[in-house]
Amino acid sequence: MELKRDYQLWIMIIPAIVVVIIFNYIPMYGIQLAFRDYDFSRGLAGGAWRGLHYFSQFINNYQFWDLMRNTVIISITTIVLGFPAPIILALILNQVKWFRTKKLLQTIVYMPHFISIVVMVGLLNVLLSPNTGILGQLISKLGDTDINLLASTNSFVPVFVISDIWQHAGWNSIIYLAALSTVSPSLYDAAKIDGANKWKMILHIDIPALVPTIIILFILSMGNVLGTGFEKVFLMQNSLNLPVSEVISTYVYKIGILSNQFSYSSAIGLFNTVINFFFLVTMNWISKRNSDISLW
Amino acid sequence: MQATTNHKRSTGEILFDISIIILCVLIFLIVAYPLYFVIIASVSDQTLVSTGKVTLFPRGISFFGYEQIFQDMRIWIGYKNTIIYTVLGTLFNLLLTIPAAYTLSRPEFRARRFLMFFFVFTLFFNGGLIPTYILMKDLSLTNSMWVFILPFAVNVFNLIIARTFFEASLPKEIYESAALDGCTHFKFFFYIAIPLSKSVISVIALYYLVAHWNDFFTGLIYIHSNDLQPLQIILRDILLSNQVFSQGGGSGGSAGGYAQQFADQVKYGVIIVSTLPILIVYPFIQKYFEKGVMIGSIKG
Repeated sequence: MELKRDYQLWIMIIPAIVVVIIFNYIPMYGIQLAFRDYDFSRGLAGGAWRGLHYFSQFINNYQFWDLMRNTVIISITTIVLGFPAPIILALILNQVKWFRTKKLLQTIVYMPHFISIVVMVGLLNVLLSPNTGILGQLISKLGDTDINLLASTNSFVPVFVISDIWQHAGWNSIIYLAALSTVSPSLYDAAKIDGANKWKMILHIDIPALVPTIIILFILSMGNVLGTGFEKVFLMQNSLNLPVSEVISTYVYKIGILSNQFSYSSAIGLFNTVINFFFLVTMNWISKRNSDISLW
Repeated sequence: MQATTNHKRSTGEILFDISIIILCVLIFLIVAYPLYFVIIASVSDQTLVSTGKVTLFPRGISFFGYEQIFQDMRIWIGYKNTIIYTVLGTLFNLLLTIPAAYTLSRPEFRARRFLMFFFVFTLFFNGGLIPTYILMKDLSLTNSMWVFILPFAVNVFNLIIARTFFEASLPKEIYESAALDGCTHFKFFFYIAIPLSKSVISVIALYYLVAHWNDFFTGLIYIHSNDLQPLQIILRDILLSNQVFSQGGGSGGSAGGYAQQFADQVKYGVIIVSTLPILIVYPFIQKYFEKGVMIGSIKG
């Protein structure tokens, strides 16, 4: 009966279900390749059973600890510095009461978000070039050195993280601005009567209003600790910064796609996914216990 | 800033306002200046640019970079491919996402909770790069334009945003009264839901459009043929691998400082030419962003 009543709804959703099954769920079935040998004729079904062979191969690899360290350092730095940036930006923008100025500022700070990663890295290359780039020259003059920020092991992480903040802090502040816009004006009035200054209002009204949003977004970002954007790291890599820029996802690409070791790189990829998932579940659990806010 | 209060503003308050103004000016400059610099550098004499003499206005106007770009076939092939992938891809995205979101927004649809979980689960867990790659190979999608269009046609974040919007703007009662008059879901969807949801549909269309336009990964992993490469791969060759001049001179721009200067001008120009379409569309839809993001955030 219900099927007959809702058949039009089913028609509307079935195409989406089919696409998600094919392109999202079938690859999950292919995870078993991490435990089997890849067999060309059998595709995702895999060949002979190898158990944890490929995992131990990865853990015993001489690059294992370097990869783990690089991945964790890049992700943690991105979260520690990148996560608060849009919150601070939203708190500042929220203080701008002049409508047109606020709109103009918002238009500008959202804009870099729409630049592609290739163009972003290209921008870094031309601006930071020690000989011809305007920023590169400035930094050489200030520091009295001829350091090439793009090819140094010391500057890879700062350049990566700072440019990430430059590109996305504005866009990510939208959701916090939206949360701030729901704060009732009467709260500010009451605070004013109590003699609170603007700084105290930020501390006691604005920030508490943001806490639920902050927690949810923080849990979500923890779920991606080791999932550091493949594309930007990959594009910023060069032979000189490789010791600090090779991360798990770029390694999976090189081993899997470039050298066709499908089973081995599936195992590395799965290793990555499981650790991500572990971080996500842990953060969710901590948050649920302490604040009653959780994803599920 | 605001002069509506009657009481005298204390020194502290004035200092606070001044620091906010200073911060805003700083933020404005930090974000806007690099973008502005690329524009002026792309039309300036590169000797002046590379010696740091171009800072506020273009100097020694030269369109050499743009001339090179307009003669470079690779860029036009990339442009053409990206436009095809973006238009077809976005249409396919909307065709799948919007009706699915409508269905998930109907409270009487019993399977909605389960299906919501079915979609959201893919956000947290996936097969990873290699199984996905093998699947694409098995489906013969590698090295074909369809790999840009068919896979991952449903973005779960966009689905949630659209569903939440439908839920909020089309309460159960509206459909029920329409159904009494003999209105089916198809009719309701086309004649009531879609016209009421133009704003959210345009935001989602923009999200999809930008994602297709900026897609570099698909070209890198799945495409080998030069004729099928999207713009972003061509950009990588020019901006990062320094393959600036396709005709003559060979690739690599290895002819010393002289060539490097011209190469830089081409790079500034390429950044502008490739980003322009998005920056043109963007201000028109910007006013919807906040609304769109807020709607999506109501129910994480």
